[in-house]
Amino acid sequence: MVRLNLVLLLVLAACALGLVTSQHQARRFFGELEQEQERSRQLGVEYGQLQLEASTWAVHARVERIASRQLHMRVPEAKRLQIARPQEAAK
Amino acid sequence: MNFAASPVLELTLPVWRSRFLLYVFVAGFALLIGRAVYLQGLNNDFLQAKGESRYSRVMEIPANRGRILDRNGEALAISTPVKSIWAIPGEAQPSRRQLARLASLLEVPQGEIEKRLADTGRDFVFVKRQISPETAERVAGLHIPGIFESREYRRYYPSGDVTAHVLGFTGADDVGQEGVELAFQDRLAGKPGSRRVIKDRLGQTVEDVESIKAAQDGNDLTLALDARIQNLAFSQLKAAVVQNRAKAGGVVVLDVDTGELLALANFPTYNPNNRSKLAGAQLRNRAMTDTFEPGSTLKPFTIALALEAGRVRPESVIQTAPGTLSIGGATIRDAHVERSLTVAQVIQKSSNVGAAKIALGLSPESMWEMFRDVGFGSAPGLGFPGEATGKVRPYRSWKPIEQATMSYGHGIAVSLVQLARAYSVFARDGELVPLSLVRVDTPPVGRRVMAPKTALAVRAMLEMAVNRDGTAPRAQIMGYRVAGKTGTAHKEENGAYAPDKYVSSFIGFAPASHPRLVVAVMIDEPSAGRYYGGTVAAPVFAQIMAGALRTLDVAPDAPMQPIELPPEGQEVKESV
Repeated sequence: MVRLNLVLLLVLAACALGLVTSQHQARRFFGELEQEQERSRQLGVEYGQLQLEASTWAVHARVERIASRQLHMRVPEAKRLQIARPQEAAK
Repeated sequence: MNFAASPVLELTLPVWRSRFLLYVFVAGFALLIGRAVYLQGLNNDFLQAKGESRYSRVMEIPANRGRILDRNGEALAISTPVKSIWAIPGEAQPSRRQLARLASLLEVPQGEIEKRLADTGRDFVFVKRQISPETAERVAGLHIPGIFESREYRRYYPSGDVTAHVLGFTGADDVGQEGVELAFQDRLAGKPGSRRVIKDRLGQTVEDVESIKAAQDGNDLTLALDARIQNLAFSQLKAAVVQNRAKAGGVVVLDVDTGELLALANFPTYNPNNRSKLAGAQLRNRAMTDTFEPGSTLKPFTIALALEAGRVRPESVIQTAPGTLSIGGATIRDAHVERSLTVAQVIQKSSNVGAAKIALGLSPESMWEMFRDVGFGSAPGLGFPGEATGKVRPYRSWKPIEQATMSYGHGIAVSLVQLARAYSVFARDGELVPLSLVRVDTPPVGRRVMAPKTALAVRAMLEMAVNRDGTAPRAQIMGYRVAGKTGTAHKEENGAYAPDKYVSSFIGFAPASHPRLVVAVMIDEPSAGRYYGGTVAAPVFAQIMAGALRTLDVAPDAPMQPIELPPEGQEVKESV
């Protein structure tokens, strides 16, 4: 009887220790998960900011300004335009 | 020595004393057990809550507001998180030095922070909202317990003042307050979720207890707007308003086939990214919410009605000499006196007398119906906040002189969007198209308001107005046939027409052989000398239309010949 009780006590102690360890592990993994989720949010934010930056650089007013002032581009005069029509080209 | 025989021990106490003490202890014990059962079993809410407030927190899961895109997927409005600093007043006990650092970092008076932290009855208090992530990082570097940061959203508009009036803006909580942001609030808004978590002593989340509500991001919204045409319209309008020293101006560009709003620009405007110095005049979306007396741009509708009723034919001759017409004591004048004009020439030369004479042969009721049919006096139905309905008075109250002036656009008020939409009737062979702010994939069905024959006849007259001998030679575009009409109207001030204040407008469409776009231009109070629609608004129209047609790769329908302008000073002057 005493022996059985001792065995049960040992089993109980082992279970208790196991519980503590797994709880600890669960918390640790949860912390990691949180960190990764935070990272994914951060990346999402960065994506949004990059999108914003891209469209700020690509604003038409800016593109037009650079094209005309820095690159000296302009719309060709109408008399220098030649309109190509697909059906005419096929003939 | 026999201690056991000590006489002291011989003393016997009365039994009731020990009994009494026993009962006292038992009673006390029962009381404690009862209290414990009461607190932990029966009425445990209070303690449970107190305990939970030590470790459990409900965290908000933020949701993104949807983006607003132009028809080609270019981003026009994006929300991006900024940081906010908040505190749990009961737990935040910064030292004096920390508090001073915090105050200087956040640029908030120290006393203000102290006041907020003193409010220990609350679980949550904002210290400062919407700060840059860099500042937030430095605040986190102070390691003050009980002070936390959270994400919030701020809306950015990359194209700034160009699209300001269409998009509108959002307030501090990312809730739409103007324009599309307000009109499509439900679709754009994300629904933030929340979850319950357990936090440890350091404020770190250690366990997820339950998800109360999942977060739902807002939907992206694809507008009908074309950013390229919008930019073109805005820059041309701005240049024209500045050059003519005008008070304001507006441009509307519509797609004839789909009724989509491709561009809507107003000037003056504002930068939606920095709204600290906003005046009411900058905020007004004139093209949509303001009405004006359109003037001669309404003549084509009178003529269309007369054609439809069979009263006149395009080549019928109207006597316009001596250039004035008296009705009930009032006189209608033409700026450009001709002996007689055909109906087509009434449009081409924009004769008030001609239009009035034609109108007097029509019933007030039919004119009223025509105005209502093409959308005047009712909201254009874009769903935009504050759309103007305009003003068309009931025909029963019209006097003959009023009917005559209404034929050339006086005594009636419309918005620029309404006017542009009404012109789609001529561009679509007699159908009025429903407008749309968002991109449409299947062309909508128009409502027929006049016979195709009538619309085509008026279209031919509108083409005549845009040539050498019309009122708008400057609306011509090389390579394309253009149809359109000028408008020049005195502004009404305090119930009378101001002699020196005008609204100049031009509404037209191209290519005339198969119209693709309607462009409406309105310049309010040009004061640099010129004020005719043909000289102020028509060139803006030509620039915008030419650029837009090129952008959309519309095939030219006219030979590439230089446009012909009449000699200086010999332009046909429009009747005002």
